[in-house]
Amino acid sequence: MAKLKDIAQLEDRLVAGHGMCLGCGIPLIFKVALRATEDPLIISNATGCLEVCTTIFPRTAWNTTWVHSAFENAAATMAGIEAMYKSLKRNGKLPQDKEIKFLATAGDGGTYDIGLQALSGAMERGHNFVYLCYDNNAYANTGGQRSSATPFGASATTSPAGSEIPGKLQRKKDLTKILAAHNIPYVAQANPARWQDLYNKAKKAFEVEGPAFLNVLCPCPTEWKYDESMTVKLAKTAMDTCVWPLYEVDNGKYKINYTPKEKKSVTEWLKPQGRFRHLFKEENAWVIEEYQKQVDEDWEELHKLVEMTK
Amino acid sequence: MSVQKTLNGNQTIAEAVRQIDPDVMAAYPITPSTAIVETIAQFKADGLISGEYVCPESEHSAMSVCIGAASAGGRVMTATASQGLALMWEMLYIAAGLRLPIVASIVNRALAAPISIHGDHSDTMGARDAGWIQIYSENCQEAYDNFIQAFRIGENLDVRTPVMVGLDGFIISHSMEVVKTEDDAAVKKFVGEYQSVYPLLDTSKTFTVGPIDFTDYYFEHKRNQMEGIENAPKVILDVGKEFGETFGREYGFFEEYRMDDAEICIIVMSSAAGTCKDAVDELRDAGINIGLLKPRVFRPFPHHEIAEALRGKKAVAVLDRCASPGAFGAPLFTEVRSALYDLEDRPKIVNYVYGLGGRDIQIEHFKDVAKKLARIAETGKVEEIYGYINLRE
Repeated sequence: MAKLKDIAQLEDRLVAGHGMCLGCGIPLIFKVALRATEDPLIISNATGCLEVCTTIFPRTAWNTTWVHSAFENAAATMAGIEAMYKSLKRNGKLPQDKEIKFLATAGDGGTYDIGLQALSGAMERGHNFVYLCYDNNAYANTGGQRSSATPFGASATTSPAGSEIPGKLQRKKDLTKILAAHNIPYVAQANPARWQDLYNKAKKAFEVEGPAFLNVLCPCPTEWKYDESMTVKLAKTAMDTCVWPLYEVDNGKYKINYTPKEKKSVTEWLKPQGRFRHLFKEENAWVIEEYQKQVDEDWEELHKLVEMTK
Repeated sequence: MSVQKTLNGNQTIAEAVRQIDPDVMAAYPITPSTAIVETIAQFKADGLISGEYVCPESEHSAMSVCIGAASAGGRVMTATASQGLALMWEMLYIAAGLRLPIVASIVNRALAAPISIHGDHSDTMGARDAGWIQIYSENCQEAYDNFIQAFRIGENLDVRTPVMVGLDGFIISHSMEVVKTEDDAAVKKFVGEYQSVYPLLDTSKTFTVGPIDFTDYYFEHKRNQMEGIENAPKVILDVGKEFGETFGREYGFFEEYRMDDAEICIIVMSSAAGTCKDAVDELRDAGINIGLLKPRVFRPFPHHEIAEALRGKKAVAVLDRCASPGAFGAPLFTEVRSALYDLEDRPKIVNYVYGLGGRDIQIEHFKDVAKKLARIAETGKVEEIYGYINLRE
């Protein structure tokens, strides 16, 4: 089991000087996850917060090789890099013992929505790389538009809460299960509040032969509208309310990695966030009830999947 | 030593791919270029190529795979047509902007709507400002020769620009022709070893590729990019000459057919130029001084050389297999007309759109054009600058 003290000694791949918001979850996730391999690492990054905030020419915050080509194709771009690696290695144009790890990454907009096809294609083809989605529940880079990862009831700029409609009335897409349905070796949900779990999952993802997918909840103080000092606490609340369960699907076997001693009500998750403020009006009480129902159903289903795949 | 084989256009491209054996090939099937992808897949299945073949889930991803692979550091090709090229459109600009010398074989096909599987140049003409070099082929032999040369041109360190090689859908892609193919070793030698520039897989360094530019750098970076394609003309001629010395078939920016003493001239690209040659021969037999200029390289456009070739002609008709709705003429016409502007004694010039959606163009149609040109040459007057060939109105 890795110790924080040891992990902290490893070289940072994402270094200081980036322009991400105070309290942003992205650097927390990447500083931990990228330490899970000590091999040379190549990252393919979709357009989004991470890309824009780390590579304003002529500066870069990357201490590892990094490439960006467009929004919807981080997985396809990485598939090309990985294909070239295989080709050159097989044909003796790269040393046989040269080990390189590959990671494609995007936010939920670039993963759940516009990049889903390219992601699905690359996973199905079995390219050997890790895909990490930092799910901040919105198109945060462009000012907080709804994505299919935006939670039920949240107000986003393209699904705003108004006098007639109480925010987004569509259930969040369950992307992790969609990826599990690709029957790839490793799929997991993680959370920066539990760094050791995140580190272990990233390590497994880098080590498996074939594609691996990590879906990591990424609190966003700017678009979720909460006090930026609360990022880790809020991420923990997402686990304790089971809004974002920690689990993994390891070669088809589901395993829950965290079970709260006492499952908290979703209101504890909703209350600190401005994007859910309208739900606490009397006439919108049904939205909270419905949201609780969805969370309960998902949590129950997850237990069934664990049982079924034992 | 060259061997004569009976091949169609798609087979000639696949044969060249087998001989060149790029490090990564990524292509998605689409009519009429599907057979290229299928043949490459079969070559891979039979162990005849050693590169990696990727069959992505869309053309957008195919070009993205090419971009990733080329930036990783190696030789890359793809093939597509029509809607497939349209779906790649976003990534075409990125391939050019990142200076990745990917080679794409484009089997020219009409764009929907209405959906049509047949040949015209709407697809590649739509991509003419994407920053790619564009070379067009008259027949299967040229498709083979152009495709081989494309690697040398695009990968030249002064150029570093992606190249698309066009061949007409069905008319060339599916027509059998006797083609001279060269020895595998000779083709490999001609194409040479790929030279990587900033390969991502060189982990002795770290690279940040594709960062964001604000207003302080974007313009300069685009200007730098243009230098690559501005350096291409010399390389295109050098490679065309060396190809001629090596294999006996020399290439330039365009082909001139019976142009020396011609008073009137037809400009037409790709397969229609073959039919036009027969028309020119028949017209010459009938005493009409007509010639053909067949552009091969459309980007970079050889404006100076074309103007020189047309100097002293009385009337010129530019035939486009593509329309440019709302523009003053179709793409080839506007380029040629602009190229002529600096000539003091300019020929009269007209534009005809032909062959959209694979509509046939025959010798008689070229003869009709010749009649109109003869009248313009005689009267010095252009009555209709723009028209259509073989169209029911």
